[in-house]
Amino acid sequence: MYPAPFEYVRASSVAEALSLLGSSEDAKLIAGGHSLIPLMKLRLAQPAKIVDIGRIGELRGVTVGGGAVRIGALTTHAVIAASAELREHCPLIAEAAHEIGDAQVRNRGTIGGNVAHADPGSDYPPVLRALGATIHLQGPGGSRAVAAADFFVDLLTTDLGADEIITAIELPAQSAGAGSAYLKFEHPASGYAVVGAAAIVDLDGDGKVTGGGLAWGGVTAIPLAGDEVIAALVGGDASDETIQTAVERVTAEDPLGDVFASGSYRLHLAKVYGRRALAAARDRAKS
Amino acid sequence: MGKVLGTSIKRREDPALITGRGKYTDDLKLPNMAQAAIVRSPYAHAKIRSIDTAAAAAAPGVVAVYTAEDVQKSGIPGMVPVGWLLPDLKVTNHPILASDTVRYVGDAVAVVVAEDRYSARDAIDLVAVDYEPLDAVCDPKAAHGHAAVVHAEAPDNVAFDWEIGDRAKTDAAFEAAAHLVRLDLRNNRLIPHAIEPRAALADYDPANGELTLYLTTQNPHVHRLLMTLASIGMPEHKVRVIAPEVGGGFGSKIMHYPDEAIVSFCSMQVGRPVKWAATRTESNATDAHGRDHVTHAELALDGDGRITGLRVDTYANLGAYLSTFGPAVPTYMYATLLSGQYAIPAIHAHVRGMYSHTTPVDAYRGAGRPEATFVVERLVHLAGDQLGLDPAEIRRRNFVPPDAFPFETQVALTYDSGNYAPALERALELVGYDDLRAEQTKRREAGGKQLGIGFSCFIEACGLAPSKIVGQLGAQAGQWESADVRVQPTGSVTVYTGSSPHGQGHETTFAQIVADMLDLPVEQVDVVHGDTEKVQFGMGSYGSRSAAVGGSAIVKSVEKVIEKGKRIAAHLLEASAEDVELAGGRFSVKGTDRGVGWGDVAIQAYLAHNYPDDLEPGLQAVSFYDPANFTYPFGAHVCVVEVDPDTGAVELRDYVAVDDVGNVINPMIVEGQVHGGLAQGIGQALWEQAVYDESGQLLSGSLMDYALPKIHRMTQFHTDRTTTPCPHNPLGVKGVGEAGAIASPPAVVNAVMDALSPWGIQHLDMPLTSEKVWSAIQSPRRASA
Repeated sequence: MYPAPFEYVRASSVAEALSLLGSSEDAKLIAGGHSLIPLMKLRLAQPAKIVDIGRIGELRGVTVGGGAVRIGALTTHAVIAASAELREHCPLIAEAAHEIGDAQVRNRGTIGGNVAHADPGSDYPPVLRALGATIHLQGPGGSRAVAAADFFVDLLTTDLGADEIITAIELPAQSAGAGSAYLKFEHPASGYAVVGAAAIVDLDGDGKVTGGGLAWGGVTAIPLAGDEVIAALVGGDASDETIQTAVERVTAEDPLGDVFASGSYRLHLAKVYGRRALAAARDRAKS
Repeated sequence: MGKVLGTSIKRREDPALITGRGKYTDDLKLPNMAQAAIVRSPYAHAKIRSIDTAAAAAAPGVVAVYTAEDVQKSGIPGMVPVGWLLPDLKVTNHPILASDTVRYVGDAVAVVVAEDRYSARDAIDLVAVDYEPLDAVCDPKAAHGHAAVVHAEAPDNVAFDWEIGDRAKTDAAFEAAAHLVRLDLRNNRLIPHAIEPRAALADYDPANGELTLYLTTQNPHVHRLLMTLASIGMPEHKVRVIAPEVGGGFGSKIMHYPDEAIVSFCSMQVGRPVKWAATRTESNATDAHGRDHVTHAELALDGDGRITGLRVDTYANLGAYLSTFGPAVPTYMYATLLSGQYAIPAIHAHVRGMYSHTTPVDAYRGAGRPEATFVVERLVHLAGDQLGLDPAEIRRRNFVPPDAFPFETQVALTYDSGNYAPALERALELVGYDDLRAEQTKRREAGGKQLGIGFSCFIEACGLAPSKIVGQLGAQAGQWESADVRVQPTGSVTVYTGSSPHGQGHETTFAQIVADMLDLPVEQVDVVHGDTEKVQFGMGSYGSRSAAVGGSAIVKSVEKVIEKGKRIAAHLLEASAEDVELAGGRFSVKGTDRGVGWGDVAIQAYLAHNYPDDLEPGLQAVSFYDPANFTYPFGAHVCVVEVDPDTGAVELRDYVAVDDVGNVINPMIVEGQVHGGLAQGIGQALWEQAVYDESGQLLSGSLMDYALPKIHRMTQFHTDRTTTPCPHNPLGVKGVGEAGAIASPPAVVNAVMDALSPWGIQHLDMPLTSEKVWSAIQSPRRASA
């Protein structure tokens, strides 16, 4: 597995990274390298220049405030999984981070790189979609913020411009009375999600659903949203029966399939895992 | 000194290996070394119209580019041989570089030699091969008479049509049967996945015409012989094959592949050392694959559940070319095991070996015996179901009884020893069988996750032997093993073994044998292997043969050394050699306190100052041990699974393995072999499969798609042993390397089928992926056999 020749440069700031990125027609950013390097080794990606942003300190870390958590793009999965702040204020992202790859992948891989790569079996995208995350980008013309619902465009394709860099992921802090769960049916070979269900359930003092979020990874090219499932649950008691009935609403055109799991089976799993994730989120909201 | 044989001393190999100091083929660097990369066919079947190497040859860092034309011009034979012949076997040419036709994705077409690996890899993209793609066929049964013909010499794609057993007697048994059980199955194709991909480093010295080849091999002498005879054609004594550390093989490093001949050819051409190391993807496309059978099998039983006949018809995929032992695996390594642990009075098996446009198929951990065990143990499971007999009970009723050994089966083997029932009873006890059945009943009533319990009472035949018989069966090699035991003047011992390990721990276990016999500290014994220039001709490590055959050869040599030592001691002690015994590191005159130390005898053997007149100096003995028979390890395995009907997911809950591998040299190593074999067999049952599409592309050629067993999907294995020593070798050992991989696939599948029995599902083919199980639950009748 030997990549084609490429030039390597290291950036020490976001401004320098953007400048280096703009200096070549065919430059790619690299952070942890766990998505890009395998593609380069298979020669499916042959960038002329690699801009290493892995040491830009300003892009690293977790901050909490103003009803939101902000995760710097270079924060590793291991840091996210182990973050006490995230465990308290946004446990869903920490739970999903723990499910990614193995210890080596979690130690190297970053949330920004993961989201930019947008693998359909990746664990973060459904979490971002379910939570209504905002992805913060910076480009030569300034910064902008994109909602997760708009960010993921197609298979391995996002709204991120070729001259832009992801700086942070912003997630709403979990409110009191809410519960969340990420449940994953792991691909036995790749470890990616055959189906990954991210669910949040908000309950009021009487145990009635006031809102929430639901999305699946692995089923379709971009995260499959279960907005209508949540809508059907609002106002109800989120009993096992109502969850089951609501989840049956989910449907998807062109579900993904491979040697291990067909599209129709993935859609079936989406219902089972959606139901289980919602029930787990409800139970956690109550506890 | 305490006995070291039978104790779990730590592996002396491990400190270097686990600290990264092991030297594997790809770690070696020689002065002026060049690197090779091989151009491989992207098509399963195509004509080569032309090859243009000009752009690659002109690329930076490229030393040379070669095609089949260059091989032909050089005058070397350039063919990969087959090492096992069957009657009417359609042997076809297998050139080291394809000249006019490619026959599987990965077939070698050209080779680039460059100054470094990156330049070589870049340049292979510049070799322009003009292919005319042709139709391909990958399935062994579909290949029969298919329009896509792999070799013109075999127009119906049948490489051999072979049978064993008594057809008429078997037909009669079926006519008289009270019960019939039928099964159609596919034994899934597997990719070996040794942790170290194959590699070769060839160093041809034009000054003396000698070739040194560092190679990932399980059998360096056999590789040298095959290269001498067929691919490189150099005189055997001019070729030295060295196996450095070898990182696993599971059989895949037995075979002679085109690649080591290609790099040897390159080194001869450029007059420099040339290295090639497969990438993982390249290994997956070109390492000999395993299994891939399509089988119809039938079992006949009488009214009491006693088996009266077995009929088996198998299409075995051989791939695009005959691999080294390809023809032996689905015949003599497979159908001869179809009696299992049972006294079956009539058996007939018919096997067609099929060419297809796929990677060649050959020995993979178990090699034929897992396929046989799967057929027998699935049929017995189904028979129990059909007759309403507990799976343990139907097995008890059919075991070869302990007083029937040696037992001659209907398929050419004579089981030398065995005692099957105690292993099964022990397994039932360990797994808590009655409690499990009670829990299963409760769960069936409650719904939710269902419990399944599966059995596998298996037998294997290890240490293929004796040479005279295997020669009659078609082997183009002997099946003995060699050992040279050299006592140094100061009394320490070096053992040269023809067994060439690739992870098994021979350096530890063989030292244990010698230290035990000579009553020396085990640190006084070293084991040398894996170098044709250091070690006398040897057959290598495969087929769980090393302890039984290689170990026995060492025993023979040590016995000779002891006999000679006694004569030297007798001379020193002025006694008769018959009265001298070796014990406690001393040669003593029996019944007296007169003795002489081991070291004193060793030094005198080399001084020869005070020495018998009729004895040659030196203390060293070479043996070539040819066993009288195979060995027959056996065991009873019980697998417990939970199946989630909502998803079809199968989870292992418990696995009990009671094995009888005879006497044990190192229990820790034996247990490790069982664990590894179990993981591989469980992998076959649940996850692993090499999948080809219609055009012959390997869809599961990378670890993103090919699911190896992972530790977090395993369960705690509970292992135990019974001990029935092999009666015909001096150690009483039988072999353990393949047991787990042979036994476990049917144990797992039987467990899942047991869990699915409320849905009336009788059989599903491996791997039992969650989707397959779930789909069967959705439409149970369609899924039944």
